[in-house]
Amino acid sequence: MLRALDAFCTQLSSTPLSQAIQITDWVIPAVQTLHILAVAAVIAAILMVDLRFMGFIARNQSIAAVANRYLPTVWYALPVLLASGATLIIAEPARSLQNPVFWLKMCLLILAAGGTLLCQLPLRKHLGYWEESESRRRKARLIGFLSLPLWIAIVFAGRWIAYVQNT
Amino acid sequence: MLRELSMLGAALRYLEETPIATAIREGDTLFPWVESVHVLALTVVIGSIGLVDLRLLGLRSGDRSVVETTAEALPITWTAFAIAVVTGGLLFSSNAVAYAHNVFFQAKMALIACAGLNMLGYHLLVGRSAPSWHTAAATPLRARLVGGVSLALWIAVAACGRWIGFTIDAPT
Repeated sequence: MLRALDAFCTQLSSTPLSQAIQITDWVIPAVQTLHILAVAAVIAAILMVDLRFMGFIARNQSIAAVANRYLPTVWYALPVLLASGATLIIAEPARSLQNPVFWLKMCLLILAAGGTLLCQLPLRKHLGYWEESESRRRKARLIGFLSLPLWIAIVFAGRWIAYVQNT
Repeated sequence: MLRELSMLGAALRYLEETPIATAIREGDTLFPWVESVHVLALTVVIGSIGLVDLRLLGLRSGDRSVVETTAEALPITWTAFAIAVVTGGLLFSSNAVAYAHNVFFQAKMALIACAGLNMLGYHLLVGRSAPSWHTAAATPLRARLVGGVSLALWIAVAACGRWIGFTIDAPT
């Protein structure tokens, strides 16, 4: 399995597309810049929503109003992140695919994005879902406190990919 | 002029030799930890300013006034900016001479100064008249200009930041 991954990385890095990216100096920093800008959009949106879930900001507005204002940004930015991330993988496959921190980041991403989606879905049918009862409100606060560190951990893992040796 | 330059060089070398700069440069994990916090802080800075810029451009949150949007975002922006300055200063100190000579670092500082001036200009020239237009979804040209310039400047700041990492000489 690991050997197959190794072979895949070698093969991918010898494709014309990968070679073209590797020999053009500006592509990787430019794509990383795009990636970081999309991260900025996601983090700012998540921060606003989570701070509202925690009850720290915009208490004069419903959770649904804040979530519906900011969460679409997250869903628009994710494809940009996946595309720019994929470009970086094509350029240097082993840097991420053979790096445990990259896979940690992917697991955290699935958890965070899945969790965010699960919290957003009930609002579609029922705008007051998270404010209906004291126990829901408590649950909402807890979600805010769990979600934010998870998204922050994704950003940290992203930077650490550059520092952890390939396995 | 030469004297000033050599004084600046001495100051940068002195900065590099401070215990904290040495610890960041020589430690195995301190630099990436500080850098991670720096990246997180700057994503919050750019993201939260971006929310305001897009509102000034009239592109989003048309149902909320500019003043409300700003009041919600700017405390977050300033907190994150303070964290970015402190962590950025720590990263700079670890390799001060090389950063100071890096053209992308110089450009980044200049661009941040421009973004600051742009913001000052907004508060002094545009924001004052906000009560007459800030609740409408469409914004006047001067507000759109400030928003567009700010967005462009911060995107350039992010790009310069990333380019520093690819052009900086490794600490010696």
